[in-house]
Amino acid sequence: MNEKIIALQNEITEKLNSVTDLAQLDQIRVAYLGKKGSITALLKGMKDLSVEEKKTFGAEVNALKELATEKIDEKLTELKEKEIQQEIASMPLIDVTSPAFTDRGSYHPITLVQRQCEAIFKSMGFTVEDYPEVVTDYECFEALNIPKHHPARDMQDTYYLDNGQLLKTHTSAAQNAILKKYGKNLMENGVPIKAIFPGRCFRNEATDACHENTFFQMEGIMVDKAINISNLIYFMKSMLSEVFQKDIKVRLRPGFFPFVEPGFELDISCLICGGEGCPSCKHSGWLELCPCGMIHPNVLSEGGIDPEEYIGFAFGLGLTRLAMMKYGVKDIRNLNSGSLKALSQFTDDE
Amino acid sequence: MFLSMNWIQDFVDLSGLDKLELIAKLSLSTAEVENEIFFKGSDISGVVVAEIKSVENHPESKKLHLLKVDAGDGKLTDVVCGAPNVRVGMKTAFAKVGAKLGEIEIAPRPLAGFESFGMCCSEAEIGISDDHSGIMDITENVAAGTDIKDVYAIDDIIFEVDNKSLTNRPDLWSHYGFAREFAALANRPLKPLELEDLTAYDNLKKIDMKIEDNLCQRYSCMQVENITRSVSPVNMRIRLFYCGMRGINFLADLTNYLMLEVGQPMHAFDSRKVEKIRIKRFDTPFTFQTLDGVERNIDENTLMICNGNTPVAIAGIMGGLDSEIVDDTTTLTLESATFDAVSIRKSTVRLAHRTDASIRYEKCLDPEMTTLAIARFINLLKKYDSGVQVVSSLTDEYAFKYDTVSLSFNKAYVDRYTGIEISNDTIVKTLTDLGFKVELKEDDFTVTVPSWRATKDVTIKADIIEEITRIYGYDNFDVSTTLAPLYPVRAEVMKTNENKLKDLLVKKYNLHELHSYIWAYTDELKALGIEVEDNVKLLNATNPNIETIRKSIIPTQLCQVKVNTGFGSDFGIFEIGKVVDGLKEDGLCNEQKKLCITLFSKTKDIKTLYLELRDILSVAAGDIKHKELAFKAASADKAYIHPINFNEIYIDSTLIGSMGIAHPSVLKKIDKKANVVFAEIDMSAFTEAESASIVYDEPSKFPAMTYDISVEVPDGMLFAQLKSCWENEGKEILKSTRIVDTYDTDEVHSITVRFEFSSSERTLAGTEIQEIMDKVISNLKEIGVNLR
Repeated sequence: MNEKIIALQNEITEKLNSVTDLAQLDQIRVAYLGKKGSITALLKGMKDLSVEEKKTFGAEVNALKELATEKIDEKLTELKEKEIQQEIASMPLIDVTSPAFTDRGSYHPITLVQRQCEAIFKSMGFTVEDYPEVVTDYECFEALNIPKHHPARDMQDTYYLDNGQLLKTHTSAAQNAILKKYGKNLMENGVPIKAIFPGRCFRNEATDACHENTFFQMEGIMVDKAINISNLIYFMKSMLSEVFQKDIKVRLRPGFFPFVEPGFELDISCLICGGEGCPSCKHSGWLELCPCGMIHPNVLSEGGIDPEEYIGFAFGLGLTRLAMMKYGVKDIRNLNSGSLKALSQFTDDE
Repeated sequence: MFLSMNWIQDFVDLSGLDKLELIAKLSLSTAEVENEIFFKGSDISGVVVAEIKSVENHPESKKLHLLKVDAGDGKLTDVVCGAPNVRVGMKTAFAKVGAKLGEIEIAPRPLAGFESFGMCCSEAEIGISDDHSGIMDITENVAAGTDIKDVYAIDDIIFEVDNKSLTNRPDLWSHYGFAREFAALANRPLKPLELEDLTAYDNLKKIDMKIEDNLCQRYSCMQVENITRSVSPVNMRIRLFYCGMRGINFLADLTNYLMLEVGQPMHAFDSRKVEKIRIKRFDTPFTFQTLDGVERNIDENTLMICNGNTPVAIAGIMGGLDSEIVDDTTTLTLESATFDAVSIRKSTVRLAHRTDASIRYEKCLDPEMTTLAIARFINLLKKYDSGVQVVSSLTDEYAFKYDTVSLSFNKAYVDRYTGIEISNDTIVKTLTDLGFKVELKEDDFTVTVPSWRATKDVTIKADIIEEITRIYGYDNFDVSTTLAPLYPVRAEVMKTNENKLKDLLVKKYNLHELHSYIWAYTDELKALGIEVEDNVKLLNATNPNIETIRKSIIPTQLCQVKVNTGFGSDFGIFEIGKVVDGLKEDGLCNEQKKLCITLFSKTKDIKTLYLELRDILSVAAGDIKHKELAFKAASADKAYIHPINFNEIYIDSTLIGSMGIAHPSVLKKIDKKANVVFAEIDMSAFTEAESASIVYDEPSKFPAMTYDISVEVPDGMLFAQLKSCWENEGKEILKSTRIVDTYDTDEVHSITVRFEFSSSERTLAGTEIQEIMDKVISNLKEIGVNLR
């Protein structure tokens, strides 16, 4: 073999052995295999040789070229792998146990409970209504069959305004408007009235851990040709089981409210003890939750709906109480306190 | 109200039935029973009748006596006793060794040097009254050794009914009323009351009595004399005590007993003081001393019982001190009357004095009851004081009679309400048990309501449904869903917007939703130096701090921010709540729903914070309305708003709200080192403002081209002015502009704007872009903006 070729081969091998990075490798590639590289130069120098010599020498140079290319590629792969390894090694260990940035906004707990209730009723085809907080005596009492001299209308229980209106004492104050809004569609097209109305209510009373002058209720009414007590129990049980995400036992007791007849107090099995009896249900196994009943014929009439033909139920769920039960809020005053310490804890809860 | 099972069983035989189960059933069918049931006498045992055989004074103690008692066990027992009323021959209640009195177990024990083998007991010690002045003096003819519980009805089950659950049931303010319910629930007959036949006295003189006011519905009275008994029978006193009443004297106790038994309040006058009974109101106010010794102010609306012109009692509420039964009373006039319920309630509110009588009258008592109560009273009076003589005939004026209520309905009506099958037989039985008269022809019912349910309680046929279903038991109902056609439900747009806004503010901007009150927080605002804006007021606020309804939520949130300054260096709060902006033309409140947002920061400069708020609002409008907001500088109209940088916010030409910065004087009181900005958006205006649809722009297949220009912006120039220089140029192909760089020194404010051009139809030529940009640059020059 040509001495020059042997020398060159040794030289390449030697240089490749000492290569440490891709830049050096590239220099080598250029130095030997480039247009002006040493191997390329050997080929160029062949013009002076005989045909026979050309044949032999050419084959040898080509072999060298192949070998050099192979060696350089090998080295390239090796160096690339080395570089990845270095990159891997250079990755710092990240302390995921360090404090996370968890700054989140919050919903008012009433919003969360209200949304859950709304979602359940929407899924059963109820509309969600929106009505004012300042109402007339007619809406709050008169239209609800609450006679002029009923204690509920006393000054000491209701916030009256100096223009003669009042802050609604219960969400039932929207019943008349709902009946009037949907009555036509019921009577002309046979579309049942199915509506809920979550809203803020006001009672003129001193506040303490269990009493607030400002609180939320959710009214629900359903009116059609054939609605009965059995249906009422079904809807209340389904709704409450959904709200609390467990099978809730309900029971009805007679309760007197002028706008329903018959009227009921609805109790649910205690959420803490499941009915065994514990301090939170005063050892009765039951919690009083929701007044309800069949809409009084006078209330239907006042809403322009013939009670001989139509019938319905109504209920008034205490959203504030529900929120307190659900989240274990012990002091009702926290809800309107505006205190972020208390209220920023209620991030989403769907 | 407390009820005694013994008493109830005077009128219905409940033997062999589980009383607790019955009480639970009552709670589900009639009225709410409180959880705690009292088993009276259950903690008393080993107490017997004993006769005191000898009494010796204790050698050293003035109070103590050394007794030998015969407890019926064939020997005399030594007892040391401290009661003052001991005497030889007296029979008393004796707790033998081993007896239990509540927590105490009686054991032999030394007392002041002498062994005592038992204890003589007062009524208080065995729990039948609060009298502990001395040991019991048993006058009944019973042998020593008899268990005290065989002498007196000490064992009893007492339960309490929530008065609130009886507001519509005047008939249930008595044991007899509850006995009727138990009879229906237990399917046992109700016994009639034992009554005196009052017609026997018809030929006696009438009492001079006259109703002179229509607030009195019925007044019945009768006179009796020769009453010798002063202390009530023990069993009567036990029942009264168990039901929460104190024993007073025989006559007073008996009127109370009647009230608890039949529900009719009664009053006993000394006949010498009421010779000429007149029931009326007075034109002029005066003061009147009631039998509790309190002077009360009587006005022209309060109905009074009078002797001629002299008031002797406040009708339905309380008797007067002057006409009360006293020690030398020999003849009494018994009043049993009904009055207008509303008038009684109003009087109790005015007098701030509710009594057991007025509580009952407020519920519309049945006037039929007045004579029945007298007949029962006389019956009991004669039973316990045999020498009593009736000296007048029943004197009765029945001025107002309720109509008889008769209701007709059919089986289908009942089925329609219940949704379950309740048989005709069950309906008839239930209503009959409750005192209704029922006629049934095929499936048609005609029901006559008993007088005690007909004063206001049962007036329409739906009321009958309640009677049938509650006794049937709601627990026995099959539960089923409705069968109704389905229709699409349309959501209220404002509700939907509220929910979207809440989600955006909480999820994207980490704001906190708070609730507040509808009134202005006067005290808290004062602390911030903010005046409460004049507005609609509460007429009867117990607390002047909450008197005025708020016009804006911003002041409320400034108060809330102050409360929370320690919460963090940066936070934002929001509320969607109500305000009242004065009155509308029709005189009704102009109630509005507002979204109010307040941002607080100790780390951000005012510009950053204010623009952050601007961005929140812009994103909200973009998300929900697909619209851009327009801001218009306005003059701050409130003292708590900084006069500079107050902006009105528009969607198109609709004003939807405003945003501003807290006034320095307020800010100083919140936190000197913080910045506070706020915005208030009217939810109706926001909802009603026109919204756009999403306009989709298909990405072009042809390359887009950009063109950057850097300009120096003169002081005070708004970006909106710059924008006006290009927003009308090359509209078809100018797709967007954005600021890609800003460069500020003390002297210059410079920005680099990148214009992006593209067409969906062709590749754009450099020349056409240059043409547009030349126009833009010349527009800019015209308003004094030069390229850098």
